[in-house]
Amino acid sequence: MTIAAKFEIEYLQYLDAEGKEVRKDLPAFAKDLDHMVELYKLMLSTRVFDAKSIALQRTGKLGTYASCLGHEAAHVGIGSAMKPEDVYAPSYREYGAQLYRGVQPREVYMYWGGDERGNDYQKEPARHDFAWSVPIATQCLHAAGSALAFKIRGEKRVAVCTIGDGGSSKGDFYGAINIAGAQNLPLVAVIVNNQWAISVPRKIQSGAPTLAQKGIAAGLFCIQVDGNDIIAVRKAMEDALDRARNGEGGSVLELVTYRLGDHTTADDARRYRGKEEVDEAWAKEPMKRLRNWLVKKKVWDDAKEEAWKAECDEWMDNEVNAYLETRTQPVSAMFDYTFAELPADLEKQRDHVLSLDQKAH
Amino acid sequence: MAQITLIEAVTQALAYEMAHDESVVVLGEDVGVNGGVFRATQGLQEKFGELRVLDTPLDETTIAGVTVGLAVQGMKPVAEAQFEGFIYPMMEQIACHAARMRNRTRGRLTVPAVWRAPWGGGIRAPEHHSEANEHLFTNIPGLRVVLPSSPARAYGLLLAAIRDPDPVMFFEPKRIYRQYKEEVPDDGEALPLDVCFVLRDGSDVTIVTWGAQVKESLEAADALAAEGISAEVIDVATLTPLDFDTIAESVAKTGRCVIVHEAPKTAGFGAEIAARLAEECMYDLLAPVERVTGPDTHIPLFRLEMKYLPSVELVVDAAKRTLAAS
Repeated sequence: MTIAAKFEIEYLQYLDAEGKEVRKDLPAFAKDLDHMVELYKLMLSTRVFDAKSIALQRTGKLGTYASCLGHEAAHVGIGSAMKPEDVYAPSYREYGAQLYRGVQPREVYMYWGGDERGNDYQKEPARHDFAWSVPIATQCLHAAGSALAFKIRGEKRVAVCTIGDGGSSKGDFYGAINIAGAQNLPLVAVIVNNQWAISVPRKIQSGAPTLAQKGIAAGLFCIQVDGNDIIAVRKAMEDALDRARNGEGGSVLELVTYRLGDHTTADDARRYRGKEEVDEAWAKEPMKRLRNWLVKKKVWDDAKEEAWKAECDEWMDNEVNAYLETRTQPVSAMFDYTFAELPADLEKQRDHVLSLDQKAH
Repeated sequence: MAQITLIEAVTQALAYEMAHDESVVVLGEDVGVNGGVFRATQGLQEKFGELRVLDTPLDETTIAGVTVGLAVQGMKPVAEAQFEGFIYPMMEQIACHAARMRNRTRGRLTVPAVWRAPWGGGIRAPEHHSEANEHLFTNIPGLRVVLPSSPARAYGLLLAAIRDPDPVMFFEPKRIYRQYKEEVPDDGEALPLDVCFVLRDGSDVTIVTWGAQVKESLEAADALAAEGISAEVIDVATLTPLDFDTIAESVAKTGRCVIVHEAPKTAGFGAEIAARLAEECMYDLLAPVERVTGPDTHIPLFRLEMKYLPSVELVVDAAKRTLAAS
């Protein structure tokens, strides 16, 4: 038998569900315990933020909201590995990565609270990142196009996109990794496999044993990672970003995690999955293992946890207040950003809408 | 000065802008060594290199989405859809992202991109190679839809489209790609994207059209003139945002209007113009507005396609009906 091609997919994990090291060769960043505490703190603030968002929605102060519960290691791992000059193209629940890059909670609230200004991220580097992408996987091609722009201009920058396990079924994802392979683009495509695309389980998305291996067909480096282990996520991301930055090609990462919450606040996951499965997933969630590890290293304890939670509460309360105090945009805002300059024909429509609005007051 | 065809004017505009603006890149299927299946990008890869004239994988979705990414990063991509009939997979990226990026980010991110596509029927091409579907794009906010109908307008409008800070669909009537030559100075002068062009002055009836039907409409005006009927011919050129004032002024003068396009009749862009005439020019009209369009069928394979496309005779007949009515 002649073999035309052969491949294997590495699985990367450093910490098990209890926070025990399963391998000894910890990456350099993990030896900087202050930094690891910073990562833990951001994971915790992401969780506090998420709970606050859901409470806002339940009390009628937010529209539909997509929770990130259980994705904290995956998202913070992605955001913390990227350099400021890189570009991020998320889907719609990667708040941990985005908070790291300067998206403010008030902006998230504004977007899900029905105000486009939530997409107008004020702080760098988020300001040059893409906004949330609702049509599934379409953002993968925006990242590929960004990566192509970097290549054309000879810039040492990397474009990162994230999609879910469901998103990895879409042509846009395949198209993005395909052109990244063909043109050797600095693209890192991260599949955050949280096992559920609303009600459809991972096994219905693909017969492939890993989603990471989809990148093999595109000629990219592929790896499957314990997405609840931030050390593994961060290491895989750093390696992928380095390769891309050095012109050694793009990567597909599959971060295996679990969506502990509903798809969005409009969803009820009890309709399609059992309590037992969710309980099992809770046993593997990302906060506990990092906390255990940090406690064992004597750099974290209950008092610090409570103190940081209180700080997060205060931070989020400030953000919520800023959001709730934001006045609705004037009616003309629906016209103002359609084109760089309002065309004469559209100006007439705007004036008509404004005159109706004035009558109503 | 050399006389050039419409498609050569497209090439000339692309070459001019690529030479003067480093951020302009061309991408699509077969646009590189082959110079495009119609040769619109002939010689560009030799001049500007494989990265700025990029042959993409054969996937329209990829072309469209990568174009959005390039544009957001400050490039000015000119993407080619090889035929209008293959543009459908691009529509999600165009409608959901290109056309609304500025709006949904309150101006933070923008998409200064052009999508070019050989458009329309009449060249005895295979199935899916002859569509006219501009109306599917004119209903998308945030998008400009442009159809040139002469070498000079192809040059000037394409330059304007590339320089425009917002996304532009640039549909090239392939039936008249090589219909005739005219002098087009390579002076980098763009034409405005916010006006209709009055190609022929007249006093009895206004013929409003765009794309390849400009040819039939001008010939119809000649035929009508031979019978003593004076027809004004307007090339809409930029369908959206529409310069309705030019059409309204003409109809105020003639009192009659015939709209000519090859796309299917129902909800074609002619319906929009007719509706605007009814809304805003009712009392100027001396006769019902006439539409000469493709029927609400798929354009037939090529043995019957010329029966589908509006003909000079049909335009002349419609114009005469407007005169008979008043």
